[in-house]
Amino acid sequence: MIEVQGLVKDFGATRAVAGVSFSVRAGEIMGLLGPNGSGKTTIMRVLTGFFPPSEGRVTIDGLDVEEHTLAVRERIGYLPENTVLYPDLSVRRFLTFCAEVKGVPSGTRRARIDEVMQACGLTEVATKLIGKLSKGYRQRVGIAQAVIHRPRVLVLDEPTVGLDPRQIVDIRSLIKSLGGSTTILLSTHILPEVSMTCERVIIIDYGRIIAEDTADGLTRRLQGSHETRARIAGPRDAVLQSLRALPDLDDVREEPATDGVVTVIVRSARGDEARRALSARVVEQGWGLLEVRPLPMTLEDLFVRLVRSEREAGA
Amino acid sequence: MRTWALIRKELASYFAGPLVYVVVGAFLLATGYRFYTTLNSYVTFGFGMNILENFWQDFFVNHIGFYLLIVVPLFTMRLIAEERRLGTIELLYTYPLRDGEIMAAKFIACLLVFLVFLAGTLLYPAIVYAIQPFDPSPFVARYLGTILFLASCIACGLFVSSLTESQVVASSCTFVLLLLFWIITWNEAAVSSTWLTALGQLSTFDHFFSFARGVIDLKDVTYFVLFIALFLFLTLRSMESRHWRGRR
Repeated sequence: MIEVQGLVKDFGATRAVAGVSFSVRAGEIMGLLGPNGSGKTTIMRVLTGFFPPSEGRVTIDGLDVEEHTLAVRERIGYLPENTVLYPDLSVRRFLTFCAEVKGVPSGTRRARIDEVMQACGLTEVATKLIGKLSKGYRQRVGIAQAVIHRPRVLVLDEPTVGLDPRQIVDIRSLIKSLGGSTTILLSTHILPEVSMTCERVIIIDYGRIIAEDTADGLTRRLQGSHETRARIAGPRDAVLQSLRALPDLDDVREEPATDGVVTVIVRSARGDEARRALSARVVEQGWGLLEVRPLPMTLEDLFVRLVRSEREAGA
Repeated sequence: MRTWALIRKELASYFAGPLVYVVVGAFLLATGYRFYTTLNSYVTFGFGMNILENFWQDFFVNHIGFYLLIVVPLFTMRLIAEERRLGTIELLYTYPLRDGEIMAAKFIACLLVFLVFLAGTLLYPAIVYAIQPFDPSPFVARYLGTILFLASCIACGLFVSSLTESQVVASSCTFVLLLLFWIITWNEAAVSSTWLTALGQLSTFDHFFSFARGVIDLKDVTYFVLFIALFLFLTLRSMESRHWRGRR
């Protein structure tokens, strides 16, 4: 459904996107993961026809975005980053405008607007001015304007940024409910978001793809490391000495202790095995194992690893 | 159809805020006051002159025209600058709309709002006509000239608005630019007569003046049409600059 081949985008002397190729199958939810300024928004703007690519070819539903810009835009729903909509229009007025411009037939327009407002939970604020809505509601209006014309492709730039946890859950389930019938490309710089909503992930940095994986594969990579936090009730020196003697653990670091409980961060390349060895040792010594928790990898950790592994592959 | 939807959205935005009502009120108050005092002075001191002709000429150029020049920047400043500041222009640029349609809708919507202004001024000739009927045909030229001048000011303001995100910068630059085209021939002693003729061709004031006399000259119509076309063309180029500048 989305085909990107050798996409390059230059702004003057700055190369924002440096040769990116990927494809998204119909009905798939694809995540675009990368830190701020990595080129996510630029890629999305090329896809939505905001500006043409400097080099390379992008097709949506078989149509070239440069040659058939208007036809492509009719097939796409786009939620830009930091959705700020027209503050002086009411929700219904704004959605009516979107429906008209995006060619929703006048006969079914009213019903379609009601349906979308229902799906996005906007019915109770239909007559309110957008400027008076909370950020969560505004984000829903943003999604409503993107889906109003039943697009085949949805492009969502940072759809959950700046929302509170409950709103994030709402928006995620809204996005997931759209998957299947609609092809979705969404960008984020929050790691867990990808594994919760996306089927496949592309990780980009400095305008190029540094990894492409399924969400499961990415999760596995993340667990494949790494750090485990353990709280053990036992004599401090004996615990540390005993753990450091374990061959499966690469590093044992002590956290500030509280009365009789030792907290350690254990690093190991053999995740689950390391945790098994650790708990076995604690049990056999007769200490209390209060907590064993794998520490989630942050996006920064992932990047450091991916960039390092890319360099090693290159060398 | 799509352009019409965009025009309706623009109009909804205009009438959602107090700006239109305040400025229409102030404009009609100012022109109404000047109508009364100027007519009064012509009647009192204008013996031997063709009162009606001179009065209307004076009134259209120095009052209606000049006040439009002052208020147009207040309306054009937000056209594109505001959408860029808010970020909503990104929606328009990714909706199935051509840049030309976006520009046309903004231009037409602004023009429609100003036609409301002008409709209010029809009251002045109507009052005089009620007291002493006259040949209304010169008013076709006067209103055609006013509309062309108005459209030129809007085109210029639209272009300036497309260059910046700041409404204050947009309105002050538009005002300075419009004022320059208006007063360019006012200091006749400063330049040689050759230059004066050349500058006269560029002056909105000079071209508007002949309409105000009640004459439709093809030369003046062409001038304003070219003026509008030039600034609309520049606006389109400015909107396209996102292709290589990367900013919205």
